Amino acid sequence: MGRYLLRRLLQLVPVFIGTTFLIYWLVWSVPGDPFAGKCGDRPCPANYVNAMTEKYHLNDSIWVQYATYMKNLFQGDFGTTFSGRSIGDIIATSYPNTLKLAVVALAIEAIIGLGAGVLTGLRRNGFLDNLVLISTLFLIALPVFVIGFVLQWLIGVKWGLVRPTVSNDMPITELLLPGFVLGSASMAYIARVARTSIAENRRADYVRTAIAKGLPMRRVVGVHLLRNSLIPVVTLLGTDLGALMGGAIVTEGIFGINGIGRQVLRAIVTKQSATVVGIVVVLVLVYLVMNLLVDLLYAALDPRIRYE
Amino acid sequence: MSEQSAPGADGSGRPSGRLLEVDDLRVEFRTRDGVAKVINGVTYHVDAGETLAVLGESGSGKSVTAQTIMGILDTPPGFVTGGQVRFHGKDMLAMSAEQRRRIRGEGIAMIFQDSLSALNPVFTVGFQIAEQFRIRRGMSRADAKKRAIEMLDQVKIPNAKGRYSNYPHQFSGGMRQRAMIAMSLALDPEVLIADEPTTALDVTVQAQIMDLLGELQRERQMGMILITHDLGVVADVADRIAVMYAGRIVEEADVYDLYAKPAHPYTLGLLNSIPRMDEKGQELRTIKGLPPNLMNIPPGCPFNPRCPMAQPVCREKLPPLLQVGRSRASACHFAEELVNRD
Repeated sequence: MGRYLLRRLLQLVPVFIGTTFLIYWLVWSVPGDPFAGKCGDRPCPANYVNAMTEKYHLNDSIWVQYATYMKNLFQGDFGTTFSGRSIGDIIATSYPNTLKLAVVALAIEAIIGLGAGVLTGLRRNGFLDNLVLISTLFLIALPVFVIGFVLQWLIGVKWGLVRPTVSNDMPITELLLPGFVLGSASMAYIARVARTSIAENRRADYVRTAIAKGLPMRRVVGVHLLRNSLIPVVTLLGTDLGALMGGAIVTEGIFGINGIGRQVLRAIVTKQSATVVGIVVVLVLVYLVMNLLVDLLYAALDPRIRYE
Repeated sequence: MSEQSAPGADGSGRPSGRLLEVDDLRVEFRTRDGVAKVINGVTYHVDAGETLAVLGESGSGKSVTAQTIMGILDTPPGFVTGGQVRFHGKDMLAMSAEQRRRIRGEGIAMIFQDSLSALNPVFTVGFQIAEQFRIRRGMSRADAKKRAIEMLDQVKIPNAKGRYSNYPHQFSGGMRQRAMIAMSLALDPEVLIADEPTTALDVTVQAQIMDLLGELQRERQMGMILITHDLGVVADVADRIAVMYAGRIVEEADVYDLYAKPAHPYTLGLLNSIPRMDEKGQELRTIKGLPPNLMNIPPGCPFNPRCPMAQPVCREKLPPLLQVGRSRASACHFAEELVNRD
């Protein structure tokens, strides 16, 4: 187990370098002039452009730029924007907001998705089963911005049940609606995977054994059936945190949340590669760590999986 | 079909006070392709301290009968359409789900064929045994663990204490079946149903497991129903044998009588198809044809298309299960002739 963990952690290094370089290169290749529109209607004066080019190493090759960037990154320096703001600060203020939103979305997704999946998996073809099948189909088919705007208008504006936008200190109660919107598609997938998994294992021999032992149905389902059916659901949930954070851009826009989505969009438009890369680097880290956690959780859930 | 009568061991009809009785049980499977009549009036009983072997090919309904007794029949597709299963004289099919649950494990317990899939792969063997003491007996974790280790010890698993925290996949096939036996005996059941307990095992291990089962059955004076398709397995352990074909009992007799002189051509065919040393090099003898399609059982005796003795009457009239001589019964029109031949 220890060796396995060490090997997995070492594997993170090339993956980390590869992904960051890819992102750096992609942003670097986006056409456009970083100084366009910087100085009002006129083009920027040559000495300003020269000074900025010098300061941000814009004339260096991409290799040198990337190397410089990584060197600074490992010293904890994410660099600054063209206007001189520390990118580290931008990340520090926007990340917690996105993380909070994503965690709320994940919780909603796990509770409702898993709950619906278990109930329908146990009683297939009933009314609830059909209801869940149809509603999940809707959630999967509808784009997030449609669900977001419709629910914001309906629940936030027309019925006035919640604030239509989230206030700056981000209380959990106000995050429930955006969290639901953000997690809606994944919730539908979780419900379907859980349903299939429960229905499949429901007929398994060991469930029959548990019943033959005279255990109450609550325990047969809650302990013997659920533990085995959770394995595919955990994979989905674990890898979803990164996807939720990266995909929060639309939801953040709708509900006025100051998260990484907004920052990354602004940075791409103004061609501030350092900001984009900085934000994505942290996102890559989230993905890598969550993947590792899921793999470790596998072994905890299924003793037949052992790592060496 | 209603003319089938139950063979009492003493020949005087059906006395009450039996431990477990299956009485004219009927089960069908409703599938998309049609209705399969899987059990068509099965009657047998088992008393404390005796072993009844239920013998038959796959699809003869022996396992489905056991599942119906345990109340673990998959419904749908399986539906009980008639008959009774009486435990201490009370019909279990008429009981509430909760009453039936209480009988499981404590009154009637079951051992399954494939111990690898029948044990939960994600819990330790010890947990799965101790669980019964905790849930059914309300014991503390520590006490339950102690009792579970005792159970593992009783089924002769070496180093029971160390094995307690192993997972099923870490056991060998034989050890796993021993653990399965320990689990089924945990609550001291009065009846033990063993559904092909040795089918998935090596021949040498098969004998060990059968010996262990026989020993535990005698020690605890349990009634045991041993389901098998292997005539060799039953000879040493069983007191009586019920032979099933197409969802019916076709013959029931004491082990000795049945081996010495089968009273049904199907039983005769089964005995003849056991490979023998003195016929080495010759072609194995088999029963011609295949078991009937349960969605379309032939009229008359269901065995008639395969029966070497079949007469016109066999294609018209279903032979009831009737007494033949002392303490045995056969469902063949020519049972007397079979028994009385030399």
